Amino acid sequence: MLLRHTPKEISERKALMINPAKTCQPIGAMYAALGIHGCLPHSHGSQGCCAYHRSTLTRHYKEPISAATSSFTEGSSVFGGQANLLQAINTIFTVYDPEIIAIHTTCLSETIGDDLPQILKKSKDEANTPEGKMVIGAPTPSYVGSHVTGFSNMVKAMADMAVPATKKNGKVNVIPGWVEPCDMEEIKRLAAMVGVDITLFPDTSGVLNGPLSGEYTMFPKGGTTVAELQGCGAAIGTLALGEWCSADAARLLDTKHKVPCRVLDMPFGLKATDRFIDALRTVGGTSVPEEISDERGQLVDMISDMHQYFYHKKVALVGDPDQLIAMTEFLVSIDMCPIHIVTGTPGKKFEKRIKEITKDVPFPVNVKAWGDMFLLHQWIKNEPVDLLIGNTYCKYIARDEDLPLVRWGFPILDRQGHQYFPTVGYKGGLRILEKILSALLDRTDRDAPEEKFELVF
Amino acid sequence: MATAKKKVVQWEPVDIKAELLKQYPAKVARKRAKQIMINEAQENSPPSEIVANVRTIPGIITMRGCTYAGCKGVIMGPTSDIVNLVHGPIGCSFYAWLTRRNQTSASGEKNENFITYCMSTDMQDSDIIFGGEKKLAAAIQEAYDLFHPKAIAVFATCPVGLIGDDIHNVARQMKEKLGDCNVFAFSCEGYKGVSQSAGHHIANNQVFTHLVGKSETEKTDKFKINLLGEYNIGGDGFEIDRILKKCGISNIATFSGNSTYDQFASANQADLSCVMCHRSINYVADMLETKYGIPWIKINFIGAGATAKSLRKIAQYFGDQELTDRVEAVIAEEMPEVEAARLEVYPRTQGKTVMIFVGGSRAHHYQELFNEMGMKTLSAGYEFGHRDDYEGRHVLPNLKVDSDSRNIEEIQVEADPLLYRPRKSPEEMQLLEEDGLKFKEYQGLNPDMDKGSIIIDDLNQYEAEKLVQMLKPDLFCAGIKEKYSIQKLGVPQKQLHSYDSGGPYAGFKGAVNFYQEIDRLVNSKVWGLMQAPWQENPELSATYVWE
Repeated sequence: MLLRHTPKEISERKALMINPAKTCQPIGAMYAALGIHGCLPHSHGSQGCCAYHRSTLTRHYKEPISAATSSFTEGSSVFGGQANLLQAINTIFTVYDPEIIAIHTTCLSETIGDDLPQILKKSKDEANTPEGKMVIGAPTPSYVGSHVTGFSNMVKAMADMAVPATKKNGKVNVIPGWVEPCDMEEIKRLAAMVGVDITLFPDTSGVLNGPLSGEYTMFPKGGTTVAELQGCGAAIGTLALGEWCSADAARLLDTKHKVPCRVLDMPFGLKATDRFIDALRTVGGTSVPEEISDERGQLVDMISDMHQYFYHKKVALVGDPDQLIAMTEFLVSIDMCPIHIVTGTPGKKFEKRIKEITKDVPFPVNVKAWGDMFLLHQWIKNEPVDLLIGNTYCKYIARDEDLPLVRWGFPILDRQGHQYFPTVGYKGGLRILEKILSALLDRTDRDAPEEKFELVF
Repeated sequence: MATAKKKVVQWEPVDIKAELLKQYPAKVARKRAKQIMINEAQENSPPSEIVANVRTIPGIITMRGCTYAGCKGVIMGPTSDIVNLVHGPIGCSFYAWLTRRNQTSASGEKNENFITYCMSTDMQDSDIIFGGEKKLAAAIQEAYDLFHPKAIAVFATCPVGLIGDDIHNVARQMKEKLGDCNVFAFSCEGYKGVSQSAGHHIANNQVFTHLVGKSETEKTDKFKINLLGEYNIGGDGFEIDRILKKCGISNIATFSGNSTYDQFASANQADLSCVMCHRSINYVADMLETKYGIPWIKINFIGAGATAKSLRKIAQYFGDQELTDRVEAVIAEEMPEVEAARLEVYPRTQGKTVMIFVGGSRAHHYQELFNEMGMKTLSAGYEFGHRDDYEGRHVLPNLKVDSDSRNIEEIQVEADPLLYRPRKSPEEMQLLEEDGLKFKEYQGLNPDMDKGSIIIDDLNQYEAEKLVQMLKPDLFCAGIKEKYSIQKLGVPQKQLHSYDSGGPYAGFKGAVNFYQEIDRLVNSKVWGLMQAPWQENPELSATYVWE
């Protein structure tokens, strides 16, 4: 038992987090910034922050993650990080020549009170930032929220690049939230099929799922361009996918540039995808092509084919709020029973929403925001489940409790494919179902006594 | 294959250096020039100096991490029965959670193993404003109530030092309150020092102060050593322990792969300290000698030849014929399999070239293994080494202590009135020295590298890419952050921090694993698949006529 010290009996903890279901803001900001074309993310803090974020993102995406750091020393922590940041901006433009630098702060620079907007203004005034190049910044104190908050803060800084527009350009902004590069690709494919011209931001497709060709470029061809971001204010509307990841950016565009927005769930599963496609056609004034209806029909068909294996199976889930909300709804819609749901990201709204979605589940449902995987494990010990869905760290619980595991979320450090096979949209729904069914039936096969071992399912 | 590429330009070392510096702003170029060194032939000229252990220039994409990573991640991370509690916002604890591939077998008496648990006070903005000491004390209590560990180690992250939380005082109070749990703290805020290295030093000091010498059980084995600077990544420590056991040598304490509280606490009972990673642990080796009278030697279990040599050094120290015979018998028994594996890959690895940029010792140690495969190291350097790791310990008296190093505590240690016991008389020590067993000596990386090879301290992303493009090595060794940018260039990369998913690479069985892994990497078919037919022959010479 790898987690053999976890007791079944649950005691209240007020100060100690064990096996977190979240990490800190800056890594989210770094991931979001990689979705801007020609962007070098920059971590304004100690070297370790940048090193840890790059390592974790690299292990998950299996792609180069370039990002720079202000390399704080004890001296700069006392006297402020302005000199470090100004030097960093100069070094970065001279050596790496990005189009744009996206700076995020850390607990260090936030605690000492570095004033990012003031430093960026100084950089501009003193011609430290070359003509035609951009530097943006997002405050991402690690002691507030989670990696999801940091992602949202950087996406908001991206939306803030929009320039005042005199007339609308007919495009729709789509903010996908923290999904895989392939999911972003899939969202673009669906929008193109519905005939809506979208600006997707951030867009890590073509950045973090690049080819192996014998050539390396720090700035691959993917990513939302600076010009596209500047044009966001001219859009006819914004669809923000996920309240936690994307809504703040959409609301900023609404407030500053009168771009109306709708906040939707992330399009995981049938119903959330339905709402996304329906919203797309409504704001774009187009009609949904038959191909999409057919894709939807295929998903419904597969749900019907697999229903016998899913019915009333209990599931434990851990991950980030936007993803969990959509996944929980999907599981309920296929008659599975999500009964333990944990996110590390704070927010009572999450618990309320999950309770609404699971109100008809015929078992008691445990849900916690700002929870941890230690608690999730204890819940499972008290009320066992048939399936666990979450990131790689779940494998320790899965092994101890002998549970089928579907890896989904961040980070996935021990399997590959998540960068390439989308789980958004109807096709993504097929992928989720396939993974769940394989996990369940592999277990059935493994456990079946010889006389019950079946050829056909 | 990578080798299929033609090396069109033969670069002179001075031109390589100039090319690496070309793009930098003047100030940056001046600084980097001192950290890029063309190795001299040692016998002819006084070796040139390299600048190391200095700040990384802001904005440079460095390989380095922070002091916390060196302290919690490297030194204390691999322990099994000590609860590691990180005081800070959640990230620092999360990122150091099982990611270094330290293996543990929970050899403690109660089978305790907390390595799978990531614990944090998850500081919030209110803790930053009002202070986090109360929360830390509460978290220690909760950890104690849940796990009843022998010890709880507390680690500071950046904001802790800035807001002035006195973690040492909290630790002291909680230790007193709990009674049967040793609680101690590490002031390893990430902004201290210039790299992980400062964190190693801080960890060495606190482990020595709070753990070493605290055991009451007497170790009675005949040949007792400590293995210092071995972290059991990919099971290296397991393989070394297997060999030591077979030789009849007792490993009292490994610092710190698969270590237990009792091992650290008993380290003062060993009769010899064997130092693997000089950079991260030499402080403890020195302190063990000063306080308890345990001499130390530099050994290396990376490479089959190096392993045999290290075992012989240990046997030589103890000067026992039975041990010497047994060591020779073990080497004789283990080597044929290693030699067979080596000869099997040799025709495919011989003549290939490699670059190694890791750590504070591995960039040196792994050259042994590559030599065994007939592979040449073109260029190497440390991520966080000091001058003595490059040039040898003889430079120590002349090392400049800058403001960043001065801030890291040097603890003063004296001979313990009760426990100090010289293991050998001065005459015996001298005889051993005369016989070639050098104590407290490490010659560093430079003497083992060819004249004209490029030695680079704190190599960064930009220089790595340039180096690979210029010299086109067959293999590049670094860490996870460097892996994919190198591989995009069509050159295989081997992680020598966490070994990708491989290992062990230490000892005899490790050497076999490494030969096979490197053979796989440098001869993989994938590097020949990068070009599509239409990219190789873009000209359309004729159109196909369908019948």
